[in-house]
Parts: sequence; structure tokens; C-alpha cells
Amino acid sequence: MPTYHLNINGSQKRIETESDTPLLYVLRDYLELNGPTYGCGLAQCGSCTVLVNGSATTSCMLPVSSIGEAEITTMEGLVSDDGNLHPVQQAFVQEQAAQCGYCLNGMVMATISLLNKNPSPDDAEIKNALQGNLCRCGSHTRIIKAVKTAAKSL
Amino acid sequence: MTALPLQSRRKFIKNMGYISVGFSLLGACIGAEDPTIASRVTYDGKLPGSIGRTNTVNAWLEILEDGRIRVLSGKVELGQGIRTAIQQVAAEELDMDLNKVQVHLAETGLTPNEGYTGASASIQYSAMSVRFAAATARQELLELARKKLNTPIADLLLFNGVVKSKLSNKSLTFAEILEGEQIKREVSIPVPIKNKAEHRYVGKAIPRTDIGEMVRGQGGYIQDLRFPGMVHARVVRPPGYESKLITLDGNGLKAEVPGVIKTVIKGSFVGVITEREHQAIKAEQYLKNHSEWTTSTPFPEPKNLFTHIKGISDDPETIRNEGNVELAIKDVKTIKARYTKPYIKHASLGPACGLAMFDGEVLHIWSHSQGIYPLREALAAMLSMEADKIHIIAVPGAGCFGHSTADDAATDAALMALEHPNIHVRVQWSRHDEHAWDPYGPAMIAELEASLDENNRINYWKAEVWTDSHSQRPNKDAGTVLAARHLETPFEMNSRGYLGGGHRNADPYYNIPNMKVNAHYYKGPFRVSSLRSLGSFTNIFAIESFMDALAEKAGQDPLDFRLNHLEDERAVAVIQKVKELTASQNIADDQGVGYAFMRYKNTDAYIAMAAKVAVNKVMGNIELIKMWAAVDVGEVINMDGITNQVEGGMIQAASWTLKEQVTFNTKEITSTDWLKYPILRFSQIPEVEVAIINRPEEDAKGVGEVPMPPTAAAIANAIFKACGKRVNDLPITPEKILNA
Repeated sequence: MPTYHLNINGSQKRIETESDTPLLYVLRDYLELNGPTYGCGLAQCGSCTVLVNGSATTSCMLPVSSIGEAEITTMEGLVSDDGNLHPVQQAFVQEQAAQCGYCLNGMVMATISLLNKNPSPDDAEIKNALQGNLCRCGSHTRIIKAVKTAAKSL
Repeated sequence: MTALPLQSRRKFIKNMGYISVGFSLLGACIGAEDPTIASRVTYDGKLPGSIGRTNTVNAWLEILEDGRIRVLSGKVELGQGIRTAIQQVAAEELDMDLNKVQVHLAETGLTPNEGYTGASASIQYSAMSVRFAAATARQELLELARKKLNTPIADLLLFNGVVKSKLSNKSLTFAEILEGEQIKREVSIPVPIKNKAEHRYVGKAIPRTDIGEMVRGQGGYIQDLRFPGMVHARVVRPPGYESKLITLDGNGLKAEVPGVIKTVIKGSFVGVITEREHQAIKAEQYLKNHSEWTTSTPFPEPKNLFTHIKGISDDPETIRNEGNVELAIKDVKTIKARYTKPYIKHASLGPACGLAMFDGEVLHIWSHSQGIYPLREALAAMLSMEADKIHIIAVPGAGCFGHSTADDAATDAALMALEHPNIHVRVQWSRHDEHAWDPYGPAMIAELEASLDENNRINYWKAEVWTDSHSQRPNKDAGTVLAARHLETPFEMNSRGYLGGGHRNADPYYNIPNMKVNAHYYKGPFRVSSLRSLGSFTNIFAIESFMDALAEKAGQDPLDFRLNHLEDERAVAVIQKVKELTASQNIADDQGVGYAFMRYKNTDAYIAMAAKVAVNKVMGNIELIKMWAAVDVGEVINMDGITNQVEGGMIQAASWTLKEQVTFNTKEITSTDWLKYPILRFSQIPEVEVAIINRPEEDAKGVGEVPMPPTAAAIANAIFKACGKRVNDLPITPEKILNA
């Protein structure tokens, strides 16, 4: 079975797995990271989103063999060493922008990716950036507020 | 993370052991001023049903050695925030800090049996049971402390886990008072409860602490549970509801897919266990490609669905008959309309997951089921096991909005764990199976007719409603869990479930002298069960669309027309509130504002709603701009919890209204992913605004289902105002607007 050396949340991880294993399963099943969640396995819902070199990417159809040297960040990797939340995480808590929270990982990661490129997005830009992320509880309006709160604090 | 089953209550008490009695002066109290304790009032009304079944304090609340209390509720957290609401109520009655109250949700053998988490009933049953149990605990603690401290109750202060004598300055912790025992006193009326005017948590917008955990990836979902040696499994579902396995050739499986441990075949139930999760997905696919199945009964042609439903319905049951509709119908001009709603899905964002481990004697199960005790009955019947040999722990899952597939995943895990003992087996459902095997919210038809008298008041109202069952939740009928239907000796469902849900809110809350409502039950082609608000969604869509049509005929403002048919001042107040919220709206030529009203179940919460839309008359495109709701649930427990539920409910119901329907052909269900079953995405999300009328003197009612029913009518009425087109068949699409 092939071995991969992955750059996950700032540290090198050695993974032995089949080459077609999607990154999502490497993160959850091998590295026991719970940030990215399984929602569809079809890159349709965004709940498995991670940052690949700072850019939001769904991980459920991304084969481990395609990752190479890329820097992968999950929601766990946003928390600082002393346990402090990233301003985007903080904003989601402040706005109570969740019900069940299953989609929250994707929302947080897509927000960071957006704010990396556009530090003060308007409503339309926020909606556009989150278009690939589904939420079934209907927390959308709180999520939009959280993105704005985060933009102000960054 | 490794999760272990919580110890049983019996063990907990034993471990706690004997705590010596002594007078401890709490360091924190020295020099600190005594808190002002809120006054109490005597409650001698009805106790909630849940208390009736489990009526001792210790069934609901335990004192922990470390100064905290642990509340036991039979309900499940599904994102609705019930954990926080229960915490608020307990902390309030015992004058404790919120963080000293731990809430343990449903687990068989440990928490009370509160049936299912549903019907917007968790606040009025579970949280209210906790209120009276905590108030009773307070009484007992004061009486015991009076003896131990040898001072009258009037001298005692109970706060934050201690009871203190003002005269002697001596204090005892709850654990010291109880000497290792728990409070076995019965909860009965009269019981002194805190004066609501002096509440410090209840009625406030207390933030949920679990969101802080979720953003760290520590949401604690069922999907996140891991145990040493845990294995992964998937089920190869048949191609149709009734398909039977003919052949399965698994000979090449191990050569093709690494990590395969075992294939479990029981009749037409086929499961596969692997070391890693992705291996299970590949193994499932392999077995699907190497199996043959019989075909299932064809589905009706989609275009004939509603004709088909009428053709298979039972004789109607009259569920309300007042005045004399038959007489009133004679010689008057009536208005008639027909409304339909297709099958729709729960469409949880997280497909079902279940874990099980059989230790040789007890079958342990972890599930995001909404009813662990009823699930235990179904599994006991399916497996011919004693119920007390099945231990089920509720674990939070993604929001599921009714009876979805959680129980089925738990059943799958149970079947496989029995074949692979002493190892935790985790079953994860695929998106395809979640969409295809979900018990849908049933398709419905409502045919309404009414007439107006010379004063433009409704003289008679007649409603005919066609509905399938609205609950086939697990119970002692093993056929309620999916896999039971596929075993060697299959269990068919013997019962029809809860038919009454279909005519929930079918009888208008308005004052109408002659009214008749008939329900026609059918057993349709698709698997169905409870979906948020049951039949109310269709019935209120029909009633409130029809009220606007009647107002139009009467030449009246739609809200005034409704107010002319209402006396209940709480109903009037929510309507006035929503009118006020929308009063300053500028409405462009292509825009419209529509309204709807409901009292949920005609006995519970009140809601009035407004929607503002713009409609492109050439393309039929609908832009949902904003939605408003004015809500009265009686006593508010958590202001933000209610706001969150109503905001989210409006958006979810807007998605049902504008986007959603199960699609199929005669052979199969075709809406099996998010492209084929689209739901509202960010670009179509409206603004939302919620106003809450708090009535602490009234009973606290649930809110989870309340925003759903009026949403569709508010949108349909807004579309009519915007473009003059009335669409009575959900979902409301651009094509239907152009063809109306």
C-alpha cells in the first residue's frame, strides 16, 4: 500500500492508504480530525471543505495521491496553540450562527477562503462565496452576519 | 476520541460513597454578601405528562459530588437547543450558575422514557418536568438542611449548590445534605416555583455553549465517535422497496477491495464490514455490481400521482362537523380550490450513522434516533431479544427534522454487530441511500370550498384532505425499522402509524358557523413518516391561500378579513404585530407582500407571517426578498433559541415551497442527490425578521414546527400580489407561474 507524507495543520503526517482514498477519509478515519464532515461524497454540499493552500476545497472527492506538498488546513488547525479561536470561528460563536452545526465546518472554511481574497465582502459576494455550501437548518442569515462580523475583526 | 458508555445510575450512587457530614464554611462566602433569593409562588396546576410516568425527583435530576447537578432528560439534541433550554430551567429553580448544571440527554436505563423528540413538545413536556422536579428538589434540600442545621427554613438560603443559615453562617453543600443519597421524593402539586417576574435565565437569550465546541470540530456528532478496534460497514440496499436478493457473487471481493473483514447476508439484507471507511464504500459498490435482485412494484406515472392517490384512498373520516354545512351549501355561490403538495424529504445534511457493539450479553447501540426507547422495542422484536439486553445511547446528529433514517442505521449496525461480536461496528449511510430510503413527508391534496354571507363573512367551510400516514416511527412493530423488512423472515409493518397527523390544522382556527372537514387516508407508493409539522404544512398552505382568495372576493384587505373571523386576542396580537413590522415597506410594481396566520394544532403557539417577493412576469422567476414572523409561544424559555428556530424554519419551509419534490419514474426514485433534489442555496436566501411576544403567565409551548406551515401560503399570497398569478400546487416554480 502506498505511503503519503501530508502537510496537515502545519505538521507532517505519514499515511499508508490506497491511492484513491479521498482526503476526507484520510482526515477523519486516519487522523481522527472531526472538523470536515461527510455530507454527500459528491462535492455538492460543502460540509467536507478544507483549505488547500488557503483556498476552500471540498475534500470528499480529492484523492490522497493528488495532494502532494499542498498545505491542508482543517477547522482544528485554525485554533491557536493556546486554544484561542480564529476570528472567523469566534464570529460564528458570537452570532450563534448554527443550529445542528453539521455544515459549520464548510461555512467557516469557505469564509476564511473568501476573506483571504476579499477582506470586506458585501452581501452578494458573501452569498456567492458560500453558494456551494448547503445548510438544512436555515442558519444562512446568521452565517452571513458572522462573515461580516469576522470581516470587521480581521 | 474514545467515548465510553456512561455508568448506570446505580453504580454512580455507589461510587459516590458516603460523604461525611460536617459544617463547612465556604471560603467564597466569607465576607461575601448573601445573594437575594427570588420569591416563590405556589403552583397547583397540571403537571406535564412526562412527570406522570416518571414522578420522582431522582429520575430527572441528580446531585453530583463536585457541587454540580446533572439533569436527565429523555429528549435528544438535534440542533434545536433543547440542552440549553433545560439547563436554564434547572439553574433557575435551584438558583445555580448555568455552568453548574450538566444535562444528560436520552439513554435507555438512565433517563426517563419520553417517547420521541418531536411534535414541538420538548419544552412543554421535558423542560417543564425538569422545572417541577428541580423545584421539588429545592423543597427537599431546604427541609433536610433545616434539620441538619437546626434552624427554621426562613433562616436558610439555597443558592449555587449550597444551603446556608443566615444566623449561624454555617452552610452545607447539596451532597453533604444528601449524604450520598439522591432525592427520591415524588413530584406532586402544590409545588413552590420561582416567581417568573424574578427569573434571571428563563426568558433570556442565553447563548448555546455547544456552538463553541462545534467550531473547534468538537461537535460530538454520532459520526465522530471512535472506539479502539472499531470497524466500518455499509449496507447494499436493494434496487427497490420490495426487491429480493436473487444472487450475490462476492468471490472476487477480497481480491478487489483491501481491508474486507466480512460480508453479512441475512435474506435480502446485505452488509459488508471493512477495516477502513473508504474500503466499505468500495466494497458496497462491488457487491452492488455483483448482485441480482427481483424487481419491485412499479410506481405510478408521476403525472398521475394525485389521481392515483384519490383512487387508493379509504372512505373519508369526518374529523370536524359543526353547524350544518349541507344546508348552508344550498343555493349559494361557492368558491372552490384544490391544493397539492408533493412528497418531500427530510434531506438532512448528514446522512444517517449508527454504531453497535455486542459484548456477548448486551447489545450496545449509539444512535441519533429521536426515540431510543421506542427504537429499543422495535429492535427487541426484530432480534427476539429482551429489551433490557439492548442499551441505546442517544448521540447528537445533523438536524433531521422528523423521523428520518437514524433508527435504520442503528438497526443496520445492530445486525452486523451481532455477527461480529466484541467489536464496535460503525455504519455510515451514503447520500444516495439517505435520499432514496428516507421516509418522506407524504404527498397531500386539500380541496376547499366556502361561501360568503351578505356581510362578507364566511358562512360555511368544507375541506376534503387526502393524506398518507404521518408517522411510522419505530415501535414494537419490528417492520418500522427498514432492515427488518429485508431479513430471511421479513417483518412487514402491521400498523398504519399516526394517521391523525394528516389532518392537523385542517380545520381553520377562524370563527365559521358551518364547518366540515373530512380526511381521506391512503397508503401510497413511497415510504413515509413524520416530517416537521406533519399535515399542517399542506393544510395551512391551503387554508391561508384560500383565505386570501376569499378576502379578494370580499374586496377586503387580507389581514382585516382574517381579523374579522378571529376573537382570540393572542391571535389578533400576532397579526397586528406582523402588520406593524411590514407597515413601512415600499412595494415596487413587480413586488408583493403576502400574509398567513396559524395557531399550531389549534391549541399551541400562534404565528403570523409575511413574505415579500418580486416576480419577473416574463420569465416567472421569483425573488424571495424578506420574510417576517410574529410569534407567541406563551412563556419564553430562550429568546434566541426561539428566534433561531423561527428564522431557520422560515428558510427551510421557503425551500420546500419553491424548490422541493421527490422525483421518480415508474421504476425508481430519481432524486437521489443534491443536484436532483435541489434545496435553497445562499443566492436565494431572503432576509428574515422575527418578533416574539413573551407571555410568561401562559404555558410554554414548543416552536420547532411552528414556522413551517404559514410559510408556503405567505409566499403564494405574495406572488399573487406581485403578479396576479395564484399557484396552488407546490413547489411554486417559474413554469407554474407562467402557466397559471
